[in-house]
Amino acid sequence: MTQQVFQHTLPNGLTLLLERMDHVRSAAVNFLIPAGCVYDPPEQLGLVSIFSDMITRGAGDRDSRALTLAMDSLGLDHSESVGQLHLRFWGSTLARSIPPALELFADILRRPHLPDEQLDSVKSLALQDLQALEDEPRAKVMVEMRRRFWPHPLGQDRRGSEESIERITPRGLRDFHASHFGPKGTIMSVAGNMDWQPLRDQVERLFGDWQGNDVRPPKLIAPIKGQAHLDKDTTQTQIVIGYPSVPFGDPEYYAALGAVQVLSGGMGARLFTEVREKRGLCYAVSANYQTFKQVAGILCYAGTTTERAQETLDVTIGELKRMIDGVSEEEVQRVRAGLKSSVIMQEESTSSRAGALASDWYYLNRVRSMDEIQQAIDALSPRSILDHVKKYPPRDFTIVTLGKNALTLP
Amino acid sequence: MSFHKHVLPNGLTIVGEISPSARSVAAGFFVKTGSRDETPQECGVSHFLEHMVFKGTPNRTALEVNYDFDKIGASYNAFTSEENTVFYAAILPEYLPEAVDILADILRPSLRGADFDMEKKVIIEEIGMYDDQPMWCAYDNAKKAFFDEHPLGNSILGTAASITALTREQMQAYYDRRYVAPNITVALAGNFAFADAVKLIEKSCGAWPGGTAPRKNITPVAPRKYQQVMTKDKLNQEQVFMLAPAPAADSPERYAADTLAMIVGDDSGSRLYWALVDPGYADSADMGFHDYEGTGGYFLSFSCEPDNTEDNLAIIRDILHQVQTEGVSDEELAVAKSKILSRVVRGSERPMGRMQALGMGWMYLKTYRSVDEELANFDAVTLKDIRGVLDKYPFDQLTVLALGPLAKLDA
Repeated sequence: MTQQVFQHTLPNGLTLLLERMDHVRSAAVNFLIPAGCVYDPPEQLGLVSIFSDMITRGAGDRDSRALTLAMDSLGLDHSESVGQLHLRFWGSTLARSIPPALELFADILRRPHLPDEQLDSVKSLALQDLQALEDEPRAKVMVEMRRRFWPHPLGQDRRGSEESIERITPRGLRDFHASHFGPKGTIMSVAGNMDWQPLRDQVERLFGDWQGNDVRPPKLIAPIKGQAHLDKDTTQTQIVIGYPSVPFGDPEYYAALGAVQVLSGGMGARLFTEVREKRGLCYAVSANYQTFKQVAGILCYAGTTTERAQETLDVTIGELKRMIDGVSEEEVQRVRAGLKSSVIMQEESTSSRAGALASDWYYLNRVRSMDEIQQAIDALSPRSILDHVKKYPPRDFTIVTLGKNALTLP
Repeated sequence: MSFHKHVLPNGLTIVGEISPSARSVAAGFFVKTGSRDETPQECGVSHFLEHMVFKGTPNRTALEVNYDFDKIGASYNAFTSEENTVFYAAILPEYLPEAVDILADILRPSLRGADFDMEKKVIIEEIGMYDDQPMWCAYDNAKKAFFDEHPLGNSILGTAASITALTREQMQAYYDRRYVAPNITVALAGNFAFADAVKLIEKSCGAWPGGTAPRKNITPVAPRKYQQVMTKDKLNQEQVFMLAPAPAADSPERYAADTLAMIVGDDSGSRLYWALVDPGYADSADMGFHDYEGTGGYFLSFSCEPDNTEDNLAIIRDILHQVQTEGVSDEELAVAKSKILSRVVRGSERPMGRMQALGMGWMYLKTYRSVDEELANFDAVTLKDIRGVLDKYPFDQLTVLALGPLAKLDA
């Protein structure tokens, strides 16, 4: 089963990637546009979120209803999601419907109507999104965590505030489109039962004459970090703990991934075992690796009833600190098995592969082969993981809690 | 793709769909038991037992269960519904023997007292987690109001009080009553050899006890015109559910009902979308078709600013009245079929998705439906079928539940 990956960067800067998967009937397409919420104008925070809702309300020759009808008629499931650095457009349907879907995507990205008269409706949705955040403790605690943990503006919340949303104007949305939407830095990835040459020809026709954006990534300001508690009358206390790691693409990346898998890779991993299985302190506990180009971190989460929150925090921190004492060969075997399975099973999902192609290209300027990933996983050992943990020990914790009572922090 | 079936002498059924191009294989043990099969004193036991199944056997401690799954890189989990408790794993093909060995072993759990007491705490945490999710609370209470005395209204999680009161002996009795071989189906999908799988399962499960585990009260639910407001003044948004009876899982009308629900309440391009979400009156609105053994329900839900709740309810009643009296259009039906085709095909591309469909299909219909047969069933739906299902299951009597800051709703 050799991988069939194709790549072409158009003269205007747009990169097209395809992984041909001829054992499936569907395909998925993914656009990463460097227009995430860090590019919100400071006075109009939340603009990119509003923009991402407005952009599908009519494009090209179609008004909002006609565009939705066209997408639905192709069976195209789609989403527009606002990341910190990118606005991501995702769509998936039968492979034979992808070419007409790409015509629609070209309209959406290049010729959106951004209808003035719908802005109030979209603002109403954005305000409700802000309100709803207060009703969702787990999402709320993560927003505060990101704000403290990442260098500004990487931790900025995409939702903005009531005041900043009020200040957003139709003109502001059109200016944003003109200045931030274009081929430079844009990555388009496709995975599924598609042929390369017709895809490439179509993309050159649709996007070859696209011009426009010239966006510089924002300057980063040192993060706030520290520790905070949000008072809220909830049944459970939410706990999030963050500490630094190495970015994707760093020579230490796989060791960092191995270390986080030792903590949280399967149900036999340390956090699940010590916090849930042995002590019954919570239902959900996990650690996740998150990365940007320059910075990365591990974010641990646990939700637990108020009375047991202190013990949960203490045990979790204890497990993080214990990493420096080393990991066993059995643990690393389990980590390798889990990673190996997930890499191979990813080949069964067009959406996963389309996402992975785009992210590899963004971080590495190339697509990693399955063999390369496999070799890196096979090379993980107790030694390599411990060496990494010694260089980047879990410490300098940023901690945010939400619930009835503040906790005693380490 | 090829389908295979085998029944062991003790009554355990094995069904498999082979897909040689798959990279993995998924295996699931489907036990036909859930919250509807519980007595009031056992409230929450099905789901608690699902957790206990992972807590060890005479051959494995709880930790060894997790370690053994992790060793083979399995993606594994379990879930409990009103009607089924399902334990499953997806693995690379070479690990199928180990996966079957672990799954079959844990289905005969020790239910040790110390593990039982420890896991009780985890269940109470899980109840606490859902308690902080308004949408879920509204859903659970709306379901209870709609099904009323019908056992489908039983809570899956139970309450902190019912879980606290539950004893190990009660769980053992429930287990002995429900986990008999004829009440269990093993479904496999992906890249594997069926004869080999049968041998593995027969070796591990051939000695399981037979018997019967009948289900009580499978009558259709009656419409219940009812309104309830649960005031939670610390919340910002109002969560609203509207429920009405619908066809059962084993009814041929289920395809028309599912299609109708998509036309009325899909998250893209549906009537609810254009009337509520597009203009910003509600930040979400959708309608789903939930089918069960012997009955079914349409679950319509939305969330919005509390002050907009009455207006939104009026808009929805108008939409439902219009659909009820005028039906839906040719274009709406055609678009719904395109969406369904795309979703069914994509959902079937991973062995995990096929295994779930295969197992569930067998639990309810005792027949095999390939992806193409399933698509043909949807494709055959006509406007007349939709008219038929509307006439038989009208939207005119709704169970309405609102949870959020509102103190009351106009009747």
